[in-house]
Amino acid sequence: MNKFMTSVILCGAMGLSACTNPDRFGAGTDLGAGGVDPNAGLSGPTGIDQSGLGDPTSPQFFSQAVGDRISFDVDQSTLNAAAQEVLRGQAQWLLTNSDYLAVVEGHADEQGTREYNVALGARRANAAREFLISQGVPESRLRTISYGKERPIAVCSDESCYAQNRRAVTVISLGSLG
Amino acid sequence: MVKSFWTVMAALVLALANTTQTVAQEPLRIEITEGVIEPLPFAVPEFEAETAGAEQLARDISRLVSQDLLGTGLFREVPSTSFISTVDSFVQPVAYADWRAINTQALVTGAVSVNGSQLVVKFRLYDVFSGAELGGGLQFAGTVDGWRRMGHKVADAVYSRITGEAGYFDSRVVFVAESGPKDNRLKRLAIMDYDGSNVQFLTDSAAIVLAPRFSPTGDRVLYTSYESGFPRINVLDVASVGRRQLTTQQGEMAFSPRFSRDGRQVVYSLANGGNTDLFITDLATGVHTRLTSAPSIETAPSFSPDGTQIVFESDRSGNQQLYVMSASGGEPRRISFGDGRYGSPVWSPRGDLIAFTKQNAGRFHIGVMRTDGSEERLLSASFLDESPTWAPNGRVLMFTRETQGATGGPSLYSVDISGRNLRQVAVQGFASDAAWGPLQP
Repeated sequence: MNKFMTSVILCGAMGLSACTNPDRFGAGTDLGAGGVDPNAGLSGPTGIDQSGLGDPTSPQFFSQAVGDRISFDVDQSTLNAAAQEVLRGQAQWLLTNSDYLAVVEGHADEQGTREYNVALGARRANAAREFLISQGVPESRLRTISYGKERPIAVCSDESCYAQNRRAVTVISLGSLG
Repeated sequence: MVKSFWTVMAALVLALANTTQTVAQEPLRIEITEGVIEPLPFAVPEFEAETAGAEQLARDISRLVSQDLLGTGLFREVPSTSFISTVDSFVQPVAYADWRAINTQALVTGAVSVNGSQLVVKFRLYDVFSGAELGGGLQFAGTVDGWRRMGHKVADAVYSRITGEAGYFDSRVVFVAESGPKDNRLKRLAIMDYDGSNVQFLTDSAAIVLAPRFSPTGDRVLYTSYESGFPRINVLDVASVGRRQLTTQQGEMAFSPRFSRDGRQVVYSLANGGNTDLFITDLATGVHTRLTSAPSIETAPSFSPDGTQIVFESDRSGNQQLYVMSASGGEPRRISFGDGRYGSPVWSPRGDLIAFTKQNAGRFHIGVMRTDGSEERLLSASFLDESPTWAPNGRVLMFTRETQGATGGPSLYSVDISGRNLRQVAVQGFASDAAWGPLQP
C-alpha cells in the first residue's frame, strides 16, 4: 500500500476534519507556526479516543465528555454559568469515581506581571475547588496549584489565545496528592 | 569561584607623573541624575604590557574598560586613529596638549603585568583640560582567569571618579535562562557578569524556576521552584550550588521571595485557600510571621535599604497598586495613584526611589517614583516590560522585555534612571527575571 492510501484510510477511520486535505506526497506532517498536527491530539484534551469515551469511569471520559477545564474573564476568578455547569459535571464524576483525587491548576494569560499572575491563578484554582466542595466533593481529595502565566496552551498574543489560557484545569489521578 | 581568588591590593598611590596645574575650563564631572545630553569624550590607549606575554591581556583589558564606559551612555570614545601622541609607558608624562587637540577630556592609561597565574593591573585617570590626574594611580591584583573583573574594577574607579557615584561594572546578575517553544518553555537559573559574560547555570530545567533574588552579599539566591510539584521557595548557595527548601505547609504555595537587608530573613507571598498574603521567615529559626491579613492579593514585597519598611503590590483597591508599610506589618499606605496598574516594586539600594512595572492602555512600562509616590517617571514602553532590578549604585535598572506572538520571548534590557540609555544585555537565548547583585569586593 502506498503512503497516500495509508493516510486516506487513517483519515477516514478517524474522521478528523484536519485530514480533508491529506499530504498526498507522504512527506510527513508540516508543522508551521501554529500548525496543527492531526496526530498530536489523539490522547490529548482535544483528541478523540473512542475506547476512553466509551467508558464513563475513564480519565478520558472525564477530560473530554465531562470537560476538565473552565475559562475566566480578564483578571477575574468568578465562575460564569458555563464554568459552573462544567464543574457540576466534574463533581458528579468525582463523587461516582471516588478513588480519584484531583489537582485543580489555575492559569493566567500573559498580560500581567509574573507574581500577580501566580496569585491570580491561585484564586482561579481555588474558586473551582470551592465550587467542587460545595457540590459534595470531599476537601481531602482536592488540591490546587497555580502556574500563573508559565504554562500557556495557546501561544498567540491576542484575545483568541488569551481566552484559552485564562483557565482552571482539573487533573485527576489515582496517586497521592503529594 | 573567581571571588575567592580575588584580592585587591592596597590602593597604591603612585607618584604624580605630571604636576603641572592649569585652571580647568570645566571640572571633569558628570551628574547622572540630570541626564547627559553630550557624552564626555574619553580615550583609553592600549595598556602597557609590562611583562613579556601580557600584550593580549593588556589589549583586552583596555578594550573592556572602554566597553564598560561606553555602555553607560555617559561617555564617547575618541578613536585611536586620531591619537597624536602615544602612551608607550605608564610612567611617562602625559602630553596634555596632544589630547586637548583631539578634544579628549578624560584619559585613562594603564599597565598590565603577568607572573604565572597572577595578574596586576595599574591605571591612572587624567583630567586633560585641567592638566592633572583625577585621583591617584591605583593597582589591582588578581588572577589571569579573572581578567574581566580587573577591567571592570578599573572602569568602576574611572566611572566613580567622574560621576561621583559608586560603580557597578564588577557585579553579577542572576536570571532565568529560557529555551524551547512558548507552550513548553524550559527555565533554569543562571548567573553571569553584569555585561552578559561568563554565564553559568545554577539549576537544570527539570522544573519551572521563577524570579531569583540575591542575598545582600551575593553569596545566596532565593527563587521559586516547582520541583516539589508545587511552587515553593528555595535558598541556593552560589558557590556550592547546594539548595534547601523553605518549609511550607501542605496546600500552601510560596513565591516572590526577597532577602531582608541583613540576609537573615525572607519576605515572600504565601497563597492559601486562593488568598495571597505576605509573610516573613527567619532563616535561622524557621519562625514564620504573618505581615498582612486581607482577602486581596499581596505580593512582590521589597525592603527599604534601612530595613524598616516594605513596599509591595496589592489589589485591595480593585486593581494592582503599590503600598508601603512597616517591616513588622501594620496599616499600609498606598503610594501609586496614576493611571493603570502598578506591580513588582523594588526599593532602590540608595533608598531614594522605587522602581516598578506599570501596565496601562495595553502597554507595559518600567518606571521610577519617589518613595512617597511623587515624581513618577516612565523609562520604557513595550508590549511587555516587567521585573525591574537595581544596579548596586541605584542609578541603572535591568528588566525583562518580552516580545509578542507565537515566537515571542524575553530578553534582558538595561536603562538608566534618566531613561536615556536603553540597551539590550548581550545574553544568548531567552532570558528573564534578572536580579542584580552587589558590587564585588
